[in-house]
Amino acid sequence: MEPKIRLENVSYYYGNQPALRDVTLDIPPNAITVIFGPAGGGKTTLLRLINRLNDEVEGTRMTGRVLLDGQDIYAPGVDVPRLRRRVGMVFALPLPLPGTVRENILYGPKLAGVRDRARLEEILERSLRLAALWDEVKDRLDDPASRLSGGQQQRLCIARSLALEPEVLLLDEPTSGLDPISTGKVEEALQELKHRYTIVIFPHSVQQAARVADYAAFFLMGEMVECQPGRDLFTTPRDRRTEDYITGRFG
Amino acid sequence: MINRHLVQRLGFTLLGVISLIVVLPILFVIGNIVVRGIGAINWEFLTAMPRGGMKAGGIFPAIVGTLLLVLGTAVVAIPVGVGGAIYLAEYARDTFWTRILRLAIINLAGVPSVVYGLFGLGLFVLFLQFGTSVLAGSLTLAIMTLPVIISTAEEALRAVPGEFRLVSASLGGTRWQGIRSIVLPQALPGIITGIILGLLRAAGETAPILFTAAAFYLPRIPRSLLEPTMALPYHLYVISTQVPGMPPRIQYGTALVLLTIVLSMNAVAAIIRSYFRRRREW
Repeated sequence: MEPKIRLENVSYYYGNQPALRDVTLDIPPNAITVIFGPAGGGKTTLLRLINRLNDEVEGTRMTGRVLLDGQDIYAPGVDVPRLRRRVGMVFALPLPLPGTVRENILYGPKLAGVRDRARLEEILERSLRLAALWDEVKDRLDDPASRLSGGQQQRLCIARSLALEPEVLLLDEPTSGLDPISTGKVEEALQELKHRYTIVIFPHSVQQAARVADYAAFFLMGEMVECQPGRDLFTTPRDRRTEDYITGRFG
Repeated sequence: MINRHLVQRLGFTLLGVISLIVVLPILFVIGNIVVRGIGAINWEFLTAMPRGGMKAGGIFPAIVGTLLLVLGTAVVAIPVGVGGAIYLAEYARDTFWTRILRLAIINLAGVPSVVYGLFGLGLFVLFLQFGTSVLAGSLTLAIMTLPVIISTAEEALRAVPGEFRLVSASLGGTRWQGIRSIVLPQALPGIITGIILGLLRAAGETAPILFTAAAFYLPRIPRSLLEPTMALPYHLYVISTQVPGMPPRIQYGTALVLLTIVLSMNAVAAIIRSYFRRRREW
């Protein structure tokens, strides 16, 4: 099976400080790939390389290649806003933009040039349904997004990414600020979403990693230790360090 | 042992007295001008030309002149100032040159206003041959106003959380789209406050227009931007020091009009600020 995303020998430096060391990783389509490991493992850096959100950071250096559907996304002439529409991102904290629920969801599509009212309404409802939020907010679409609960805000952010109909969804600890019930709802939504999208997620705990992973990659200090289908990695890790981490001996 | 409550009360009383000392002179100045100037204010004073060696009639051309100068200053200083602030806050990287630029802006804010006047005289009036005119005065005032607008606007832009820019970028927005649709609206109250404070200063200053725009006595509205004009602060200076036997009523009346214009602009700034603060949601 062709990988959706392929990282080839990717190293990344902040100044002289390496954040990723020679990472090679295939991310398969229509599945949830979990990237996990202790803090400082280069996970956020990795995620932001896939939608080129690290472009704005000064004093950084990258080697290696990142391929999306076989195309080098760092090749000259790549349309970065278009790439970011194809590769959606949800941040660790719910970050609603100022404005209403509706404005949040339609921000991306409007920037992408969608003007047709009916089409926008359709996008609004479809994205909120996909993120399992529609029933809770359908009567509050014109309320400020900041009045939603934390869990609702995070699903709003997921819906906001989905409104662009991306191919890949990157989630950076999407449930770190949420209570268990909200977390459950987000995880449920992800299980539905993986049939349509390629999902890369940093879980906020090993338990969550084990719950949602179709594939799992363990990262330690900027290096990828191993990558396997989830049920194998969490039952029979190949590397000693992975085993130590998932059995709670460190981290 | 000293009674703690007593010490606390003493402290509060002291702070109250100090606050009063700060406020009293302002209240006294305003009160004095209102009491002594209110008698001069009538329809004729506000809408008629000065007559009888400025000892009678109105101050209409000075009011219009000041409004024209403020308007001209706004037209030049707002786009340049806000544009500069957007550049500094959103685009400029931290290099040697941007540091020099920032230093220049900070220093510009500390330059005495009479120096701006001389600069305007040299550059606009003489070198560019605009003559003593509304145009030369507006440009001079605009340069004086720029550092205030740039630094407050830059501050306001930096106060908008960086995450909004990141979210906008992650949703396929270009940097400019993020600035225009999210950052700028959020920073707007701060920017507007800075603009008004800058224009306030432009409205009240005498020195920058002394050599560049102001006419001693010109009892008509300027017909073009290249004509000189009367202006309230300069007119006030003239009738207070240059015209013997000037009725104090007219002097205080003129001061009252200038003060009213300035204070009402200030009030508008305060209203805008509180309106946006109540609407802000994050």
